[in-house]
Amino acid sequence: MTATNEHDSLIRRGLWITALALVALGGVFAQALLRTPVERWQGPAQKILYVHAPAATMSLMAFLLVGVASMGYLFLKDRRLDTFAEASAEVGLAFGAVMLTTGPLWARPVWGTWWQWEPRLTLTLLLVLLFVGYRTMRTAIDDPDDRARFSAVVGIMALVLVPFVHLSVYLFRTIHPQPVIFKPSAPSLPWEMLRVFLMSMVAYLAVYVGFVTTRYGIGRRAAAAEAS
Amino acid sequence: MTTFRGALVIAAKDLRVELASRAALTSAVTFAVMVLVIFNFARDPGEVSLAVLAPSVLWVTSAFAGVVTLNRSFAMEQERGAMEGLLLAPVGRSAIYFGKYLANLAFVLTVNAVLLPLFVLFFNVALGVALAWVAGLLVLAAAGYVAIGTVLAAMTVRTRFAELMLPVLLLAFLVPPVLVGVQATTRLLGGRPAGEILGWIRFLAIYDIVFITLGWLLFPATMDE
Repeated sequence: MTATNEHDSLIRRGLWITALALVALGGVFAQALLRTPVERWQGPAQKILYVHAPAATMSLMAFLLVGVASMGYLFLKDRRLDTFAEASAEVGLAFGAVMLTTGPLWARPVWGTWWQWEPRLTLTLLLVLLFVGYRTMRTAIDDPDDRARFSAVVGIMALVLVPFVHLSVYLFRTIHPQPVIFKPSAPSLPWEMLRVFLMSMVAYLAVYVGFVTTRYGIGRRAAAAEAS
Repeated sequence: MTTFRGALVIAAKDLRVELASRAALTSAVTFAVMVLVIFNFARDPGEVSLAVLAPSVLWVTSAFAGVVTLNRSFAMEQERGAMEGLLLAPVGRSAIYFGKYLANLAFVLTVNAVLLPLFVLFFNVALGVALAWVAGLLVLAAAGYVAIGTVLAAMTVRTRFAELMLPVLLLAFLVPPVLVGVQATTRLLGGRPAGEILGWIRFLAIYDIVFITLGWLLFPATMDE
């Protein structure tokens, strides 16, 4: 099998995973609308949890993996890690866009304001902006070696910035809902909500895998074209 | 030559070159003063008192001036092809990083040293111990973000639209120190005891240690192999 065929089959596989994941996600959303109870205080707006929280988690996970792949690249100098970092950063931005649009839609009825300059919001917004910068920088460098090394440096620095983001959440007052699922004690979400939420996480994860596989295939094809 | 001596030699070289023309420093200082002045006009005197706005103005001006100053830090190497010379010098990459870091820190602190008295003058801030603490906070914050800026500037200088790429990347890293600086300055200028800001000083110290170390580890990757 030639290299081009290999990339094309990777892209095809990615598109298949994406299609299946989106169907699953549709099923999860139907469940969230029809089969979960309406929260007493927040009303139907609470259902955005099933869209917002997994998107936020996937976005942060995607950026985390950019940092991990970047460290791997600087040690191993394997171009595939750079291509993966590029793919994960872009997919992270897509999930970040979902996070940043659904958040205000929920906040308007519940907090009474679209946006609050609250540490967690401010700094996730900044993380998204930082990765917009990361992506912009990639397009502004012609030499593929320079591009891979420079991007890896920015990816690692962004990863290190995250704990400072997290620390600031506790240093400053916050009105963002505190974690109800990922926390040291048992989840405080009722089971009928938690069930759908976990299904949503799995569906979102599948979307991430589908997107990244497709984008990685495209990146590999572009790198092969660049080299020849 | 040890890393330490090499770093000092490189820093001294940058300072001598700058002192010969003073072009970058003069522009950065002028820029900082202009930002201070503009902030004063961006305020409705009847609605917002000077004292309420002062800490934010100080930190935002200081951060912007820092970015402008850092933007020039590798311009000379790029424009005159001096990077090869620097890389061929009998010093390690660590010495280049720390040398550049020290020179950049000296430039940024010089701009801040001009900025702070003007800030006191324009915003009618009382002289005293609180102001000394604020000066200390500015130094502590600069020590961290200059390390990040040194690494980022080494890369962005070799990208297209270099002058725009550095702010786009660096500003996100400036948010933690600016956030902390504004909070602490508000308390200090409001007459609160210095003990109240110890947590924020610790935060800035950790930020400095982490990013100076990270910059040292990552800087070699920004130089040509």
